[in-house]
Amino acid sequence: MTTQAWSGLNTRLFDGLVLVALFLAVWQGLYEYAGDSALTSPLTTLDYASSLMKTANFWTHAQATLVAFAYALVISIVLGIVLGLVLGVQRFSGDVAEPILVALYTIPKITLYPLILLIFGLGVSAKVAFGVIHGVIPIILFTLNAVKNINPVLIRTSRVMRLSPWQTASTVLTPAVMPELITGVRVGFSLTMLGVLIGEMFASQRGLGFLIINGINLHNVRITTAVILIVVVFAILANGLLLAFDKRMHRG
Amino acid sequence: MTRNAAISLTRVAVIVGSVLLVEILCQRKIISPLVMIPPSEMATSLWRLFKTQKIWDDIAQTFSTVALAFVLSVTVGFALGAIIHALPRVRRAVDPLLASYYSIPFFVFYPLLIALFGLNTIPLIVIGFVFATAAMVISTLTGLDRVPRVMTKTARILRLSPTRAVWSVTLPSAAPYLFTGLKLALAYSFIGVIAGEFILSGGGLGFSIAYAYNDFDSQTMYALMMFVLVIAVVMNGALHLWEQRMLKKRARA
Repeated sequence: MTTQAWSGLNTRLFDGLVLVALFLAVWQGLYEYAGDSALTSPLTTLDYASSLMKTANFWTHAQATLVAFAYALVISIVLGIVLGLVLGVQRFSGDVAEPILVALYTIPKITLYPLILLIFGLGVSAKVAFGVIHGVIPIILFTLNAVKNINPVLIRTSRVMRLSPWQTASTVLTPAVMPELITGVRVGFSLTMLGVLIGEMFASQRGLGFLIINGINLHNVRITTAVILIVVVFAILANGLLLAFDKRMHRG
Repeated sequence: MTRNAAISLTRVAVIVGSVLLVEILCQRKIISPLVMIPPSEMATSLWRLFKTQKIWDDIAQTFSTVALAFVLSVTVGFALGAIIHALPRVRRAVDPLLASYYSIPFFVFYPLLIALFGLNTIPLIVIGFVFATAAMVISTLTGLDRVPRVMTKTARILRLSPTRAVWSVTLPSAAPYLFTGLKLALAYSFIGVIAGEFILSGGGLGFSIAYAYNDFDSQTMYALMMFVLVIAVVMNGALHLWEQRMLKKRARA
């Protein structure tokens, strides 16, 4: 690496550190302002979070969340990509459906929670369903637009080569839309997680969302702040990984 | 019939058809009345609610909160976007933050906000604001990035004062992106406020839905759910139409 690249990296590292320091300062400031009854200081939280992560109880809750999240994510991705591909290829249905999907995306889905609960009952399936209704629409929309904006030459070529619909989908359409798909999955990933966590906050006896809301009900500020920190750090790390992958796909 | 008319007609048919399907399924008890009441019953129940004072209080409270969160997020988001755009180094530092902003499940902060500000409308405004601001910042940055170089150069050649250049060159060329920001900020502040009310609050539409749910009052619950849904769709549709008209005008100019 050249010296110039090194100094560039150094400034970026420095700027990043300044940002983190600023964030911690704001947190500490809020703590000074609100006191122990509202949230714990950054240092105490880190300390408590690390001891929390050594308990078996925390991991049963984390596992409950991760299992529900995994189911919801797989369903969102498969359903989203299939529907997106179909609506993208069928121009007319795509044009009919897109504004409806956008409108569905903007409704506060949390109000549908009672309905989901009445259909699926208390438990994992309600959490999964709640994750899916949050995550699936952006994946459909990204896939749909990716297919719509495919270079027409590719599609004409596949027709000239007399590929079957399945061959067209697997060898032409999928590789062409891959970069956009990854972006859709990244957005869907975050929203699915949001959905699952909100689901746990209302009607569940297990999971990290439950730990947060339970901490509030019991006035256990330490556990709420610590779990929130863990969830946020996980979300940012996962998104960072997907973002790096996303950027590479778009470049290549 | 033009293609666009056919598309719009089919869309209306699809929506009406699905409502009718739900209606029939509910009437025939294929969907149990314990799970869902027929849409026609939701509508009559909503009509009855409109005659009570309570719903108007809820509507007033929810919409004033949304309005405050929206105005705040748009102003602050635009200002922040403009400042960050002017300072490349700051921008490089906050770029990863903006890219991963919406991966943070913000509603987990809501209980914390209540502990900080108390059980009133401030946590609701804050959650709506926090949720919506980043969308406005990102749209402002994109908009300012997409101002054509020719335009800024022309402004310089014409020796426009900085304020005039911003007013008659920068803002109009960034307008479509700013409009997207407005649209997203409105949707996000609406989602944030309703979700907050639903989780924990003492009033508003979201609270009333949660309350009716806990009370097994499915008439009120479904009526209010339908109301929120219709409002969101109408709001979105109106903005979409406005945007289309704006874009058409620009295309002609």
